[in-house]
Amino acid sequence: MQSAYGGRRTSMNIVVLVKQVPDTWAERKLKADDKTLDRASVDVVMNEIDEYAVEEALKLKEAAGGEASVTILTMGPDRAVETIRKALSMGADKAVHLSDEALAGSDAIQTSYAIAKVLDTLEYDLVICGSEATDSRMSVMAALLAERTGKPQLSGARKVTVDGGNVKIERQTDNGYDVVEAPLPAILSVVEKINEPRYPSFKGIMAAKSKPLTTLTTADAGIEADKVGLANAPSQVVEFSNKPPRQAGQIVKDEGDGGAKVADFLASQKII
Amino acid sequence: MASLLLSRRDLDFLLYEWLDVELLTKRPRYAEHSRETFDSVLDLSEQMATKHFRPHNKKSDANEPSFDGTTVHLIPEIKQALDVFGLSGLIAGAMDESIGGMQLPSVVAGACFAWFQAANVGTASYPFLTIGNANLLQKYGTPEIVDAYVRPMVEGRFFGTMCLSEPQAGSSLSDVTTRAEPQDDGTYRIFGNKMWISGGEHELSDNIVHLVLAKIPGGPPGVKGISLFVVPKHVVETGERNDVVLAGLNHKMGFRGTTNTLLNFGEGVHRPGGQPGAVGFLVGEQHRGLAYMFTMMNEARIGVGSGAMALGYTGYLQSLDYARTRPQGRPIASKDPTQPQVPIIEHADVKRMLLAQKSYVEGALALLLYCNRLVDEEKTAETEEERAKATLLLDVLTPIAKSWPSQWCLEANSLAIQVLGGYGYTREYDVEQLYRDNRLNPIHEGTHGIQGLDLLGRKVVMQGGAGLTLLHETVTATIHRAGAERSEVASLRAAIDRVVEVTAALWSTGDVETALANSTVYLEAVGHVVLAWIWLEQLLATEGREGEFYDGKRQAARYFFRYELPKTGPMLDLLASLDRTTVEMSDTWF
Repeated sequence: MQSAYGGRRTSMNIVVLVKQVPDTWAERKLKADDKTLDRASVDVVMNEIDEYAVEEALKLKEAAGGEASVTILTMGPDRAVETIRKALSMGADKAVHLSDEALAGSDAIQTSYAIAKVLDTLEYDLVICGSEATDSRMSVMAALLAERTGKPQLSGARKVTVDGGNVKIERQTDNGYDVVEAPLPAILSVVEKINEPRYPSFKGIMAAKSKPLTTLTTADAGIEADKVGLANAPSQVVEFSNKPPRQAGQIVKDEGDGGAKVADFLASQKII
Repeated sequence: MASLLLSRRDLDFLLYEWLDVELLTKRPRYAEHSRETFDSVLDLSEQMATKHFRPHNKKSDANEPSFDGTTVHLIPEIKQALDVFGLSGLIAGAMDESIGGMQLPSVVAGACFAWFQAANVGTASYPFLTIGNANLLQKYGTPEIVDAYVRPMVEGRFFGTMCLSEPQAGSSLSDVTTRAEPQDDGTYRIFGNKMWISGGEHELSDNIVHLVLAKIPGGPPGVKGISLFVVPKHVVETGERNDVVLAGLNHKMGFRGTTNTLLNFGEGVHRPGGQPGAVGFLVGEQHRGLAYMFTMMNEARIGVGSGAMALGYTGYLQSLDYARTRPQGRPIASKDPTQPQVPIIEHADVKRMLLAQKSYVEGALALLLYCNRLVDEEKTAETEEERAKATLLLDVLTPIAKSWPSQWCLEANSLAIQVLGGYGYTREYDVEQLYRDNRLNPIHEGTHGIQGLDLLGRKVVMQGGAGLTLLHETVTATIHRAGAERSEVASLRAAIDRVVEVTAALWSTGDVETALANSTVYLEAVGHVVLAWIWLEQLLATEGREGEFYDGKRQAARYFFRYELPKTGPMLDLLASLDRTTVEMSDTWF
């Protein structure tokens, strides 16, 4: 990976957005009362694609000969500290945790507002996020943040190169990739093809305990309380129903016409 | 999705709700740790074991190591997994910070390593041996040896072995003939053959550090003339290839991912310094090698018990998963063929097999964590007296910690196969491999029989019987905590008192041959009594707690007391009778 910080830039500040989500393998439910995700009853993990974002930030730092700083930025309840520690134990330098009851139930638009306000308090050259979170699956955070901060957005990166004051990516497409370039600072989202995230090491786990972790309330970040939270959300979950139980399968006995019956079935399901 | 390797819920219960491992963080050695770091390393171990060790378990069984006369070939996934393991720093988990370790409590490090043993015991053997080797050399090696060989092992670049057995001397170490010739420069040249050496040759690491038992000419006969040497494949000091070569690989029933070797030392295939003989460096003092090696052996014995437990545990979880999803037959009280079949877990006999497995594997895990907790007590308990007590109790429990899981978690694997029926006997499922892998454990690191001799012939009689007295006191203390009204208490009290009486009876005549004739029966009887105590301990830890997990623990304890502990009665009767049937059997009568 190219890197050209020498002489012109002595250090680069990278902020990685990390979200704590319910375990992908667990059964996820909405709460009946406020129709938000029930986070309390399931195991939680770092959003999987965010691990790739952390890894890419660490790689960029290594490519810069260590002349970079990686900050984890997480919005979430107290419990999200577990996920922040994991990112720190992978090798990130410090973390900012935006945690406030007032934020509960915020939708993507509100979340981007809150995160943008925190970004305003930080110095950054690059903001890296995963392309989507496995709980909400909106895939809009990079775009929303670019709009709010007025910085260029480079989305769906499968390869990233920082060269002087520019960042260049290969953006994954259906047919191949596009090369997209922008000046720093920029907002970047990555896809799973980009790397293979490292495991935390034992040393990393121990070191993570003493790395700086700043906890901010909405007031600390200058977030106006009436612009966030479930009650103020521009989008609302009006109604939901649980997935219907799986229907009993249909058994077709092959009496020489099995192929035709399979074809009929596929046609009836509008698959062929 | 819950893992089918081990139960994290069970580990959390044993570590935090029973053994109160968090208390250790108040001691200076572990002050840097917290529940958070313990949980993180347990998470990391589970993830790495699941992602890097588990997937090639079957492949390494189906593709055993081969030797082309020059190089040993293994499937590439083994090295990839071990590289990840090395990078994580797990090898040095429990070691001192001064050597690059993390000073994790042994009880946590042991729980971490069990994940790898459950995922792939063959691949896990390489770091297992390396950790034991590094621990020994850190304790007894010179600073030069530590720098040259231990640090690279800690970093995962070198792997270690232990070379005790020879083709003509396995359990009988007094008969080893490998010799170590002193050289003018203070080194030795080693000549001889070593058999059954796990990890003895491979291309997985930059170097292989053999710990070799050998005799220096002119020394005392028997085990008192055995010394211990570091014999590296590549001599770090000179950069030369050492004169230790692979004579051949052993082809095994299980553990196939682990190379098992016959090694030749000093045959002149390589000539370091221009002459034949494998360069060796003496560890500690001459003629004290076996005592040093027992440091590693005792640790290895608990580790072997852990491997047996882990194989049993994953077999239990896999057969449980199968029993919950396999429909077969109808309830015995309502056999209406028009009704759907029920999952086989609904049948009482299947539940019996699952309960038996649960009581064996969860009991074994608890015993092993308890032993590892004693290792931490040995190192860090506040007073000298407490530390000495921990050592003594660990000495008594070690043969049981090695043998009981090797016997009963193997039985658990047999029951897992039985639960799966015909499918369990096929290679389509994992349980047959688990059984084959586990069948090694009653054999290596001191056979089942050797452990019986160790327990009855040495451990319970040493220091005037102090070890047995301490075991009795420890079990009795749990009985007192449990209170008289529990049904389990009376049977356990009777059993542990009987063990003391029978031990005294066995040694009352002074006839060693008769006393030790049934030492394996003794080992198995005492093992079951100790496990009943461990189950009572777990039962007490569930007090005041509600939920299916705790109900399951209580039911498994009930199973052990109803089905297993009573088995010790006839065994102890046999022992008390000083039976000589085996001694008086003649070779020609077979």
